[in-house]
Amino acid sequence: MSAARLPGAPGGGRVTARAASAEWVPGQRLVADLRGEPGADVEVAPDPDAPSIGVLALQGDVLEHLRALRRSGARTVRVRSLEDLAAVDALVLPGGESTTIGKLLDRFGLLRPVRARIDDGLPVFGTCAGMILLSDELDQAEPQPLVGGIAVRTRRNAFGRQVDSFDTRLPVVGIDGGPVDVSFIRAPRVEAVLDADAVEVLAEVEGYPVVVRQGRLLATAFHPEVTGDGRLHALFVGMVRDSGG
Amino acid sequence: MSHHHDDHATTSSPAAADASQAQTGTMRVKRGMADMLKGGVIMDVVTPEQARVAEAAGAVAVMALERVPADIRRDGGVARMSDPDMIDGIVAAVSIPVMAKARIGHFVEAQVLQSLGVDYVDESEVLTPADEAHHIDKWGFDVPFVCGATNLGEALRRLGEGAAMIRSKGEAGTGNVVEATRHMRSITGEIRRLASMDTTELYAAAKKLRAPVDLVVEVARTGRLPVVLFTAGGIATPSDAAMMMQLGADGVFVGSGIFKSGDPEARARAIVEATTHFDDPAVVAKVSRGLGEAMVGINLDTLPDEQKYAGRGW
Repeated sequence: MSAARLPGAPGGGRVTARAASAEWVPGQRLVADLRGEPGADVEVAPDPDAPSIGVLALQGDVLEHLRALRRSGARTVRVRSLEDLAAVDALVLPGGESTTIGKLLDRFGLLRPVRARIDDGLPVFGTCAGMILLSDELDQAEPQPLVGGIAVRTRRNAFGRQVDSFDTRLPVVGIDGGPVDVSFIRAPRVEAVLDADAVEVLAEVEGYPVVVRQGRLLATAFHPEVTGDGRLHALFVGMVRDSGG
Repeated sequence: MSHHHDDHATTSSPAAADASQAQTGTMRVKRGMADMLKGGVIMDVVTPEQARVAEAAGAVAVMALERVPADIRRDGGVARMSDPDMIDGIVAAVSIPVMAKARIGHFVEAQVLQSLGVDYVDESEVLTPADEAHHIDKWGFDVPFVCGATNLGEALRRLGEGAAMIRSKGEAGTGNVVEATRHMRSITGEIRRLASMDTTELYAAAKKLRAPVDLVVEVARTGRLPVVLFTAGGIATPSDAAMMMQLGADGVFVGSGIFKSGDPEARARAIVEATTHFDDPAVVAKVSRGLGEAMVGINLDTLPDEQKYAGRGW
């Protein structure tokens, strides 16, 4: 610590250099077209025959998923009720706080109906909190409501606290065009695959699975929705189309 | 995994991420963290027990502090960063993110909070300011910052300094939502006005807002702040929370409103549910029943200007 200037302290040019070299500087969009209403950036109206993909909208980064799905050619809808759920061909469980989303699923009577639709073959994509909710087991003593469906044991906040959150480029099996640009934010990881025959591991970090697929269920420990790299959403929309949704 | 300002490669794993490319402390993970809080409620807590109540109610994060704003107001004196032992106790008690407050301009309190591993630092007007001219230069930190704002210019100045999340200030510790309403309407109204301007007018608008012109242009083009906007200050009921969401907030901070009320467990849960279903009055009505006494609150007309917190910050 002796040589490096402490953050926020006067003197030196490091802070300015950082601001100027960061991936976002004031006035420059971090990720083009990320915000605003979904579809505002999509010039071509979605095909009316395109699958209707719901994003669970109880809490979390719903908008980012709606936009990414639109860009992959899907029709989208927010899901907050049983009626919403019944109408969709597929579902995304977004990033957010998994304990909050799980409790709200439970309190508003959606936990079992979501699981019932999964058991009937509903394609579901979960990111970060969504991966936690899709896991059959968690690596923690405290119980929390889960949807389940992927035979893995997952550990929350496995990479540390927010100061340990990181951006990286990650090769994913089945994704062409080079590594995927992703953000791990207080991210979970899979500690153990409970059914190696059923669960495909599509990517790892430090030897732990961070992208898994079981049948029509896809889960990532990171957030493809905040980076603008739409290839995982395209993979999921392809899974939905293949399922006949 | 390497620090983004370091240059060393570390371990990598087969068929996996090139760890040398991993970067911590980027603006993307700072802002992304706030994105994950959207639609949620962040609750002030002063003990590990309160933190567990908040987590059980469905809070997306807790704000660890020694006194809620209503008590800071009552006690007077200088309000500072909380005791590290107290913050550690709350960090250990819950699995959801923990935020903590540093005084405006007190960059060493922020350094200490970063070293404690808090997930977000609130550079807060609720504490007594440590610098009457300068806010913290937030770019140099790996921990992200949320800052208060009463209007768009103030919000954009904070973003220029590296804040990754904005909350409208309201008037903390009053249980009175009128200032939160004023600040939300001010911020969203100014954004709408910018969006209607031509490019020539934006330079004059930046001067009037006392905000960086490039940020003003960005807001005008996109029609919203480039970061998450929460509301704070005076939210005491489920209807207050739902009103803030309908006014355009991405989520709410509740300070004194929960643990200064008659039934904190029930009220915390009700505010969470009303925030999720903010546009469904039937749900807001349902969760508003049987909550017991709300905090008494303060009529702002009777609060002397020198006791108002929203004017702190520059």
